Amino acid sequence: MTAHPAATEHAHEHPGIGTYVKVGLFLFVLTAAEVAVYEIGYNSAGSAFGSILHPVVVPVLLALSAVKFALVAMFYMHLKQDSRLFSSVFVFPLMIAAVIILALIGLFAYHYSFQKLIH
Amino acid sequence: MSHAAHALDPHALEHPTSTGLDSRKLAIWTFIGSECLFFASLISTYLVYRGKSLVGPFPHEAWTSPAGQHFEPILEIKLVTVGTALLLFSSLFVVIALNGAQRARRGQFLTFLGLTIMCGIFFVGMQVYEFTHFVHEGLKLQTNLFGASFFTLTGFHGTHVTIGVIWLITMFILGVRGKVPPAKSLNLEMAALYWHFVDVVWIVIFPVVYLMK
Repeated sequence: MTAHPAATEHAHEHPGIGTYVKVGLFLFVLTAAEVAVYEIGYNSAGSAFGSILHPVVVPVLLALSAVKFALVAMFYMHLKQDSRLFSSVFVFPLMIAAVIILALIGLFAYHYSFQKLIH
Repeated sequence: MSHAAHALDPHALEHPTSTGLDSRKLAIWTFIGSECLFFASLISTYLVYRGKSLVGPFPHEAWTSPAGQHFEPILEIKLVTVGTALLLFSSLFVVIALNGAQRARRGQFLTFLGLTIMCGIFFVGMQVYEFTHFVHEGLKLQTNLFGASFFTLTGFHGTHVTIGVIWLITMFILGVRGKVPPAKSLNLEMAALYWHFVDVVWIVIFPVVYLMK
């Protein structure tokens, strides 16, 4: 049996060390940004920039986290270069996981608000 | 294919499959996919019970018990930030180690794999210190909802890191004994994929548990 042509077509060369280091440094900068957002948004909320940042701390942290997640998956786990089948096997459960998290948060928010209403 | 060329080809030992992909690599990706669901349930539990604790210590707020005992906010952001940075760098190191293993650069492979293991051990040590500190401060698994969900989530992650460190040490020993030639570098790639997954889980846990109030 020979290798499936469509599969081998997508099995490209992994990136070099230079790309890995650049991604690593960017990940480090993003982590520093996360901590800075936390410090400014919560601990310096009285300052001008802090007051602007305070209401959006959670979405900003989630966005930074999503970028870091994607960078590691694409470059270090080689999903950008490897077969799309690997991406599918990873992304499909990831989507189910996201739905589970959102559904449970929604359900429990409804449960707690309903409890408050009847008490 | 000559013997030397065969030894350098990372895919030389692959069995033919209908997809053209190595079944072992597909298996580790499937396992990682299932782990996404496992950690999703733990993260959901943490988020659902977030802010629902009736007694302290609390993660971000000080608390005084009815008996007059005062508790400071319990999370140590600075320490965990250092641990997070090390875990991120360990992902960089392991991918450079894999690059070395695939190109028969033994020095690069062993040096960076060793650095990865050291980062992993430091991270586990950081977590052991954190857990011990929390217990001394009065936060245990049964203290409140925060304690229960925090220790379960980060404890399971720490267990995964520990398993990853053991796996990487095994690969290091095999590498020292010359048993990870380029033709068998997929064995290291599988360990590296697991290690990166442990890293991406922490990328989610760090802001959700430590940075969001």
